[in-house]
Amino acid sequence: MMRAGWARLPRGEGPWPWLAAGSVALSLLMFSGLVLLLAVRGLGHFWPAPLSLVALEDGRLLAGQAVREERRADGAGRERLYLTANRDLDGAIWTWVDLEEIAAESRPRDLVVLERTRWGSFQGRLLALEEERGRVEGEAAWQALEARLDELQALRRERLRDQVVVPLVRRLERETSEALVAELGAANARIRELQARMGGTRLLLESVDGRQLEQPLEQVLRAWRPNAMSTPQKLAAWGQGVWRFLSEGPRAANTAGGVWPAIFGTVLMVLLMSVVVTPFGVLAGIYLNEVAHQGRFTRLVRIAVRNLAGVPSIVYGVFGLGVFVYGIGGTLDEWFFADRLPSPTFGTGGLLWASLTLALLTLPVVIVATEEGLARVPDHQREGALALGATRVEMLTRVVLPMTTPAMLTGVILAIARAAGEVAPLMLVGVAKLAPQVPVDGEFPFLHLEQKFMHLGYHIYDVAFHGGDVEAALPLVYATALLLVLVILVLNLTAIFLRHHLRARHGVLPRR
Amino acid sequence: MSVFPSPRPAAGGPIIDFEPAASCLEVEGLSLAYGETLALRDLSLRVPRQRVTAFIGPSGCGKSTLLRALNRLHDLNDEVRLSGRILLEGQDIHAPEVEVAELRRRVGMVFQAPNPFPMSIYDNVAFGLRLQGGIRKRQMDDIVEWALQSAALWDEVKERLGSSAWTLSGGQQQRLVIARTLAVRPEVLLLDEPASALDPISTLKIEELIRNLKSQLTLVLVTHNMQQAARVSDYTAFLQEGELVEYGPTDSLFTNPRLVRTENYITGRMG
Ligand SMILES: Nc1ncnc2c1ncn2[C@@H]1O[C@H](COP(=O)(O)OP(=O)(O)O)[C@@H](O)[C@H]1O
Ligand SMILES: [Mg+2]
Repeated sequence: MMRAGWARLPRGEGPWPWLAAGSVALSLLMFSGLVLLLAVRGLGHFWPAPLSLVALEDGRLLAGQAVREERRADGAGRERLYLTANRDLDGAIWTWVDLEEIAAESRPRDLVVLERTRWGSFQGRLLALEEERGRVEGEAAWQALEARLDELQALRRERLRDQVVVPLVRRLERETSEALVAELGAANARIRELQARMGGTRLLLESVDGRQLEQPLEQVLRAWRPNAMSTPQKLAAWGQGVWRFLSEGPRAANTAGGVWPAIFGTVLMVLLMSVVVTPFGVLAGIYLNEVAHQGRFTRLVRIAVRNLAGVPSIVYGVFGLGVFVYGIGGTLDEWFFADRLPSPTFGTGGLLWASLTLALLTLPVVIVATEEGLARVPDHQREGALALGATRVEMLTRVVLPMTTPAMLTGVILAIARAAGEVAPLMLVGVAKLAPQVPVDGEFPFLHLEQKFMHLGYHIYDVAFHGGDVEAALPLVYATALLLVLVILVLNLTAIFLRHHLRARHGVLPRR
Repeated sequence: MSVFPSPRPAAGGPIIDFEPAASCLEVEGLSLAYGETLALRDLSLRVPRQRVTAFIGPSGCGKSTLLRALNRLHDLNDEVRLSGRILLEGQDIHAPEVEVAELRRRVGMVFQAPNPFPMSIYDNVAFGLRLQGGIRKRQMDDIVEWALQSAALWDEVKERLGSSAWTLSGGQQQRLVIARTLAVRPEVLLLDEPASALDPISTLKIEELIRNLKSQLTLVLVTHNMQQAARVSDYTAFLQEGELVEYGPTDSLFTNPRLVRTENYITGRMG
């Protein structure tokens, strides 16, 4: 009964709320559409797609994954694109098939897909597996192959060459010791032994149209029979595929494999940038707002700072190249690394210069955010501190700055968001197409600031435009783009979490 | 001293109706300008020790300006120029050997809007002491308790010293600010309309507090509320357009003002 009289208040605001809500909805729709597109196209790539055996009217046979259909160029009928792989047999991996030419299509369970380190994938049948111990055929060959691949995986995971041999050689360059030489000898012997064991194994393969081929096992990364897999198996394979994409380095000139070095490079570069830009931006903001005499000069500096935020990023890249790389880097090389010249150490693009360039690029954002945060601290808070006998420095450090930290962090968040997505300046100051070694390792000084690094944004650009086969690269481009968005999201969420934490500490909740 | 003119009813000059026996603060010929605007004109008065002195006058007459001059809060403002002298216990507060932070510790100030810091109640009260340093935890606890008790707030907050000062009501916040100021043991307490943002009950509590505090220190109260000035102050100075108009014991100023300007103001007929 009480409720009966309750009514919504009339809202006579006209069309404006609808327009505003509409534009918000449109932005949200576009953003979620973008993420959805990236997710479907990128993540779908890792799903073990069914493999069709297609019989054509003229008697030819082919095995391929259907990719898409299009209206034929002459307008008569439709044609379908199949990924047929087998570059070593066919010279191409794509086949267009006229729909009218298809006589029959089936999905035999014995079709296999092999992912190889050379020539890309193979699609067809496994006839036999041969090794010194003997030869197995048919279903037994498939089981033997799976077992061998598991062994091979375990061996690869040891990564003897990367993790044992290379560091040993590097140490030997600096110090000579009997023990190290012995260790190196043992490691090399083990590698040779493993190679011998795997090198002897060969697969006998046959394409669906009957051409045969011998395949050394050591070039095979993975094998699966997509038509024989159950949904849980496919899910597991998908998960593994995604994980490999995240955790492995790129292969085959970036057209295959994973993007781990690029993830690492992006995050590391952004973190270094934040470490540089935060103190500088905050100090500059404090100076402008709290220390400097508020006159025409500070106004001028403010305008300049705000305008710097609008300078195109490639201009910062040029600046970084001229000043950091050639100027400072060149000088450092002359002073400290003269023995390595003419090959440059710091006089070429690298992690450090890229981080500094991006720090410069994002400096205005941090300064402006800090200034606005400081301006929001009410004067009566400052006067309260002064009236208790605080000096200006004490007033700043004990009252004003704690109240400003959330604003400063907002500045850093904006800086990260801007920096993580920048690609253009990086091309001038240190990003590399391929740098499979991440610039952090167990070797002094652990963080190698002069090294080139990979970056997700540049990786997208490289895969999309510099690979030969755009069709094959596209799924990787989508997946990498999705990853870049996610990395930025995670970096931002971390900063937001931090800000929330600090706000709770310095804002309302107690500290005693 | 010839700086203080003796009582004379002449038009123009101020009427100063008393000569305090023991003055704590002395203002001599103080003029102050914000840029080109003159806010105080050649103002002289003495503030008696351990009494409550009220500054009254219409809004914008310079009460706050005068009060802020007494602990050099104008130092921060590059625009402000000032001439004349202010003596605290006989010493010029602008003398080069005076440290401004030390001066502000001796001359505490409470502002119109309660301004507790965004920290716990305890930390607010301990803030000034921590600036001085060298105080042990036990001693700090004692001073905090004493200050909160002096500000008549202890009973209300003793269970929640660790909670944020911003969770207190406006009246409690203002008393917390007073406690925070008392904790550094000032000699003078300047109060700039301390109750104007508060409800009537909180206002009464603050007024009672002011009356109780004068046994410990010298109080200067700015208020636009005439009843308040009459209720709590011993002496009242009436300012108008940056000038001191009349200054005397509160009783006689309110019951028997010497100048028509003063009478008009306190009876509400503002010219
Ligand atoms: N920071 C300032 N800058 C410029 N003018 C000011 C400033 N503060 C106060 N004034 C001016 O000085 C005069 C006295 O102000 P104030 O002392 O605040 O008056 P009251 O406290 O008596 O209301 C007013 O005319 C006011 O406009
Ligand atoms: Mg005022």
